[in-house]
Amino acid sequence: MGVCSALFELGGMCVMDDASGCNSTYNTHDEPRWYDSDSLVFITALTENEALMGEDDKTVADICAAAEELRPRFIALAGTPIPAMCGTDIPALGRVIEKRTGIMTFGIQTDGMHSYLSGCSKAFAELARRAVRDPGGKRIKNGVNILGLTPLDFSVGKPAESVARAVAEHGFDVVSSWAMGSSLDDIALSGEAAVNLVVSETGYEAAKILQSRFGTPYVVGTPCGGFAGRLMSALEEALSDGGSRTAVAPSSDGDTVIIGEWVASASLAAALDIAAGIKARAVCPLESKLAGNSEDRIMEESEVTDALIGAKTVIADPLWKPVMPETAKFVPLPHEAFSGRIFRRDIPDLTKEESILHIISEAEK
Amino acid sequence: MLRRVNPVSEEGLVVRIGDSSFPPSFRTGLEYAAPARGTWNIVHTGMLIPESHQIFVCAESCLRGVVLTAAEMGAQDRFSMINIRGGNIIDGMEDLIIDGVGEIIAGLKYKPRCFLVYTSCVHHFIGCDLPLVYRTLRERYPEYDFVSCFMNPIMRKSGLTPDQLMRRGLYKPLRETKKDEKRLNIIGNDFATDRTSEIRRIISGAGYSVSEIQDFDRYDGYLSMSEASGNIVFGDAALAGGKDLEKRLGQKLLYLPYSYDYGRIAENYRLLCEHMGCDIPDLSADIEAAEKAVKEAKSVVGDMPVAIDYTMTYKPLGLARFLCERGFNIARVYADGYTADEKDDFERLRALSPGTELWATVEPRMRAAERTYDGKILALGQKAAYFTGTDLFVNVVENGGMYGIDGIRRTAGYMIDAVKHPKEAKSFIQQKGLGCTCVFE
Repeated sequence: MGVCSALFELGGMCVMDDASGCNSTYNTHDEPRWYDSDSLVFITALTENEALMGEDDKTVADICAAAEELRPRFIALAGTPIPAMCGTDIPALGRVIEKRTGIMTFGIQTDGMHSYLSGCSKAFAELARRAVRDPGGKRIKNGVNILGLTPLDFSVGKPAESVARAVAEHGFDVVSSWAMGSSLDDIALSGEAAVNLVVSETGYEAAKILQSRFGTPYVVGTPCGGFAGRLMSALEEALSDGGSRTAVAPSSDGDTVIIGEWVASASLAAALDIAAGIKARAVCPLESKLAGNSEDRIMEESEVTDALIGAKTVIADPLWKPVMPETAKFVPLPHEAFSGRIFRRDIPDLTKEESILHIISEAEK
Repeated sequence: MLRRVNPVSEEGLVVRIGDSSFPPSFRTGLEYAAPARGTWNIVHTGMLIPESHQIFVCAESCLRGVVLTAAEMGAQDRFSMINIRGGNIIDGMEDLIIDGVGEIIAGLKYKPRCFLVYTSCVHHFIGCDLPLVYRTLRERYPEYDFVSCFMNPIMRKSGLTPDQLMRRGLYKPLRETKKDEKRLNIIGNDFATDRTSEIRRIISGAGYSVSEIQDFDRYDGYLSMSEASGNIVFGDAALAGGKDLEKRLGQKLLYLPYSYDYGRIAENYRLLCEHMGCDIPDLSADIEAAEKAVKEAKSVVGDMPVAIDYTMTYKPLGLARFLCERGFNIARVYADGYTADEKDDFERLRALSPGTELWATVEPRMRAAERTYDGKILALGQKAAYFTGTDLFVNVVENGGMYGIDGIRRTAGYMIDAVKHPKEAKSFIQQKGLGCTCVFE
């Protein structure tokens, strides 16, 4: 789901190599933009025989035929569990498709056994490697790319727009937003930005690639409430000294626990501290590379109990509630990547100070 | 930014029935999924077994769809999962399932009677020893029933489809018991058969009782379906279940398929009455009521074009033919494939209305095709509503419990209501499992 979500708005054609019907999970639960748009996301409708007999030619031919008719700006082919088990060389298929169609093609070796972080990261990394043009020394002073914006972490509508607005309000020029609200052409110009802001871990790999290609420094953090000011200061420092940095620091103390994507959770923790002196710890249920402490990563239900020892308040998606300790105060914070569309209308815009104050008041009830 | 990709070529995407032969075929390849989500999936259907608990064993990406299906139903307390990671494939899966199920049983805060354990594509590809798994589970936990269920869409062209397997699994816990010769079941439907359907009257008139899985909220009641002497099956997807019960329990299979042809419906009832040892009753009053309702619908719909899709009815060509014979303007039929028993309906419709368009739904170009219709159109089904962009539509899936002559009468009623009460499709058709409990309501 991560690959398709990351690339959805860019005019490409995303194809999952999987059985018929498996695309409906993505369309229904992960993609709030599906109903009203025409973005091209398909499935190869893989069958048992095709998988076992290695009928890659059919996959390639079907994708090329669709691309010829629908004329996408690029093609992304993503793997799933059965192709992974069969050893399907997805990147190689991508190269064959690109050669036949002349359309830039990403063959992305996902396997359906990891979270959206993996797919989004790989998709953004492909953009950073191949879709961003060399700026030839051109730099936009105060130019910022926002990396890691998908509905999975920011839902649709105001939260994503507010991130860009928060950056612009601090005097920066938003060159591109990866990848909500920008076109592929906007993203092609990303090399001209002077600094990259990584607002979720999905943008982290891309930031490192852009740093490697163009020397662009990056800053990790989400502009949550009062933390936005500190984050923008970090951006200015990065502009000044050219150094990359993480504006959020993993905290190991405090009796409030936030469960969620690590960058957003740690940024919210910082915002709670600034607003009310609440010490909160970010715990990530994903395969995060940024979460500093191993005890801050939970991959099994049984690990939740250990992670929440001593917690008096837990801020997490409502679907976590059944496994919360009865002694802890539970504050719901819906996360589209976790509960899909169920609580979408309750997803707050965490760039707003009032959202932070609302969480604090709920925690103190 | 979001952009439309139009226009697309319609060649191979749509065909006039007059230019087509049976079965009409569409190009296969990549597939698209429209956001019409009212049809039930294996989670919804499995939940019909009262006091059952579902355990899905599959990879993270596959789990997401089913866990959120259960959550949207508000039924997550009846749902657990075992997440497959890369290492499990190498190490083998039998212990993972057995130990995982044991861990789930130990941790449950209530005591179900039955576990539906869903294995996935991965298990079939690595040759997981499922008989060993279920044998072990039944030995360790004899107080529970375990049903082998499947979420293996990759096998859909290798024998029974996941939907057929689910409708067979739904009755696996039924067991050998003393038969009640005066009792029948209707099996394999997501929706209970309408109380107004004449089939119920015919059965009760012969001194028989009839049960459906939806009648029971306790497991013991559900198990009492074992006592029936026969099982009535309406849809092709439930045939495998009916055959299984006939073989295992000796319950006579009575296949009485959905139809919009009075002659075929009467033949269904002849078979039913033959089994019950009674004469087929006079159906003329039922037909008269249905025809009256259809006539009223025609007066409301007039010459407005009508589009029909396969999500509303299992026999879209049969319904199209029936309505066309009564003067309706059948503009479009949406389906990706047709069953052999629709051939006569196809030929008749082709003769009556050669301009009727047959559209695919999963073909990739449907993603880019204009989702509008020039003028008003009445859609029968969620996909027809989506693809035509109309707000005049019948929001029914999988026949919605309608059956027989009364089903025709009720369909006409739905058509009238759809024309008189426009509604925005977007608000209705994205809900999964129409008719199930839903947290959005």
